[in-house]
Amino acid sequence: MVDGAKATNAALALIGITRRFGSVVALDNATMHVQPGTVHALLGENGAGKTTLMRVAFGLAQADAGSMELSGRAVRFSSPAAALAAGLGMVHQHFTLVPAMTVAENVALGGRGRFSIKEWAARVKEIGERTGLVLDPFARVSDLSVGAQQRCEIVKALARDVRVLILDEPTAVLAPGEALELLQWVKNFANAGHAVVLITHKLRDALAIASNVTVLRRGQSVLNASVSDTTESQLAAAMLGSSSDGSSQVSEPESAKTAAVSDVLVETRISEPASQMAITAHDFDMESRNSNSTSNASASSPINETHSPQIDATFDSLAGREVRSAGGEKRDFTRVVLRLSDVTSRDKRDVVRVNRVSLVVHAGEIVGVAAVEGAGQRELLRLLSGRIAQSEGDVQLPAHIGFVPEDRHQDALMLDRSLVENVALRDAGSREGRMPWNALQQATRTIINELQVVAGGAEVEARTLSGGNQQKLIVGRELADRPEALVVENPTRGLDFRSASAVHDALRSARAYGTAIVVYSSDLDEVLALSDRVVVMHAGQLLAVDADRDAIGRAMLGA
Amino acid sequence: MSRTPPVDDVIVNVDHNRGSRRQSRAWLGGLFRAVALAAVAVVLLVVLLTVTGQRTGEALIALVTGAAGTWYAITSATLVRAIPLALAGLAVSLAFRAGILNIGAEGQLLAGAAAATFATLAAPQLGVATIPLLLAAGCVAGAAWAGIAAFLRQKLGVLEVISTIMLNYVALHTVGYLVRGPLQESTHVFPQSFNIDRIAQLPIIIPRTRLHLGFVFAVVIGVALWWWLKDRAGGFRLRAVGANAHAAESAGRINVARTTTIAFLASGAIAGLAGATQLSGVTYSLYETISPGYGYTAIAVALLARLNPLGVLVAAVLFGALEAGANAMQRDAGVPEVLVSVVEALLILLVLAADRWRTRQVRMTEASI
Repeated sequence: MVDGAKATNAALALIGITRRFGSVVALDNATMHVQPGTVHALLGENGAGKTTLMRVAFGLAQADAGSMELSGRAVRFSSPAAALAAGLGMVHQHFTLVPAMTVAENVALGGRGRFSIKEWAARVKEIGERTGLVLDPFARVSDLSVGAQQRCEIVKALARDVRVLILDEPTAVLAPGEALELLQWVKNFANAGHAVVLITHKLRDALAIASNVTVLRRGQSVLNASVSDTTESQLAAAMLGSSSDGSSQVSEPESAKTAAVSDVLVETRISEPASQMAITAHDFDMESRNSNSTSNASASSPINETHSPQIDATFDSLAGREVRSAGGEKRDFTRVVLRLSDVTSRDKRDVVRVNRVSLVVHAGEIVGVAAVEGAGQRELLRLLSGRIAQSEGDVQLPAHIGFVPEDRHQDALMLDRSLVENVALRDAGSREGRMPWNALQQATRTIINELQVVAGGAEVEARTLSGGNQQKLIVGRELADRPEALVVENPTRGLDFRSASAVHDALRSARAYGTAIVVYSSDLDEVLALSDRVVVMHAGQLLAVDADRDAIGRAMLGA
Repeated sequence: MSRTPPVDDVIVNVDHNRGSRRQSRAWLGGLFRAVALAAVAVVLLVVLLTVTGQRTGEALIALVTGAAGTWYAITSATLVRAIPLALAGLAVSLAFRAGILNIGAEGQLLAGAAAATFATLAAPQLGVATIPLLLAAGCVAGAAWAGIAAFLRQKLGVLEVISTIMLNYVALHTVGYLVRGPLQESTHVFPQSFNIDRIAQLPIIIPRTRLHLGFVFAVVIGVALWWWLKDRAGGFRLRAVGANAHAAESAGRINVARTTTIAFLASGAIAGLAGATQLSGVTYSLYETISPGYGYTAIAVALLARLNPLGVLVAAVLFGALEAGANAMQRDAGVPEVLVSVVEALLILLVLAADRWRTRQVRMTEASI
């Protein structure tokens, strides 16, 4: 697939790039050729090396072996400044803007010599007119929406007249409408003769606008092809490799095309209760350590028969549904576990974030929350998990509520502490007397075993775990004492397929033993895949919606 | 709380009796650390003495003899100096463990000493109850002095690093006023207080030395703090807040404001006790230089011990020895005492750099995965 002619034409060619970090090989002979006037998708699981490869291209990391060409000329960048000067720009997944500065000042950053804010402001305006990325040059970045900040990042690159633009997961933080707009813009930008590298793990984004695609797996470029020559199932197979078993599943592809992928990926949909339950039953049951195998069947089979999870499932049809859990205690699946009645929440500046919301969550159901960034879902989840108090209204919560916040490094883990101490953190606020370290060590090992957390033992620092394994540890911790309710926020953000699937399995098996679960994800497809019913939050209010994906999407945007 | 390399964890993981084994390793590691630090200190001193053209041999002999040459030197010079360093060091490490940068042990110590001086005024009436009272007064005053910074931090978000440093000066000059005003000795000549009543003086625990009961306080509090931090739910909460306050609040549902405030006040109380103990066990009167910067050196002691209370006791003895030795060096060999201050500072820099370096190694390993 790689030939000499291609290499000389390419706007950007990366040939045989190898990069090691200590004993770990992050990139192993990775090769890709980006043609001018096209969008080139760079796909791969988390940790496959996508970002590392682009960091090498952009001069943020140096290759141990391999070469690089820009428009046929051999280059090697020692810094991003050198890359920019040569016409190669990169927009990082995490914004690199200075919030306290204006748009024009941010765009000017990194420039040299005399500085005139007027000239830069004019440049921002001019780029806006030329490319459609309109921004107020004098607006403070901290006042901008996420979408506008994304535009600002791109304008920063365009202000250096780049011909090759690398976008790292550009749609990750955007609402569906904004994402669509951005992808359309990228397509147009490429059509104007520029080359774009689009790093993504969303197949659908990639296939919508890319002409060519490169798939990385474990640092190797396992597939270089034009999009018209390949199918989704080929791409998915290339991303996952042959070692993937039937249990891993993707949450994002919801399009019709995805059906083709199902030989590799077990897809779960709200309309397919059978496959959903198959996953629930097939492994991981938190109860297994204190009971025999009967718990699994007894906990999940009644739902399998009686529960047809439609998004708008009415609970009338579930009346009388109850199962006996492992401990022999009765689990009533019609029981209300979480109840918000007319609840309002204001933030420190007295701005209403949650506006007179009422919501009921029953035992053994997963309620999905769909919302765009900043619609009040953050506060809603913290109300439901008892992490903040309401300003008005009535909140009824059980004593045991697990909470998996989206920012695990900030809100869930002590990175410099051992896994045991991190597990001990649960309930630390109400614990009295001595710390039961032996029991906690045992509990940590149980979590490590049951969720297959890859760790060098229970005493290693949480920092030494990969993101997916950190998340599995957190989910295991929050589910360890079989809480009556569990609130999760973006549970699989930044996780690879396998970890994401393990987290989903854990949530489903918690539902099977009667935990009331609330899930918010900025990935609508994940919400749809997990939930028995979905509520949409818009501007602080909860809306009732139809089951339809488009209807939910429209409601999220308030359309 | 020393870091265990991953290979250790693999080994101890299969060991069912791992708790005690791990502890004995930590003990050995700590002992090795202390010896290594003392050796490094001597090497640094030799280099400094040579570079500054001193008579190295003579100075070193004076230093070692002054710190550990005789039974009297060990008990009355080294250990007596170690007491305030240990107590203030424990105060600092407790606060740092909770994520509070209490730089104000010096001021809290002075507040404790001043309050204890006032308390001794009641000695004639109280008799044997004077000592408990003055110690309690020292604790309360230290806690109150820290409480000002704690309040400012909690209510107004004032950084405690700034407020505690400033309060150190306020405390110093308040003592300056007191010893020239209300507490001045009866001749009104010297800027110092009256001598405290004999019954207000801490008992000597080893006859014919100057080692007073404060030594026992330091050891008991050190061991108690170590055990409390390691084994009690309250100690774990404090450490969790210090490790990550957000996670402590969100995942642990810990009352962070309450935990930090209590830790801050407790830290001040221990520093205040250091002041009261110094007054009642060593100086017997209050004056501005009652603490030659113990509260600042205590930060070094705490950092050197990596905030481990048992380590603080050891580090305090090391610093006590250095200071006792420095004193003897100046007296017997004519070498400026400040040379030892330079050694102390270099030791701290070395330890901090080494810790940083280790952390970076861990992070780099992590980043590469």
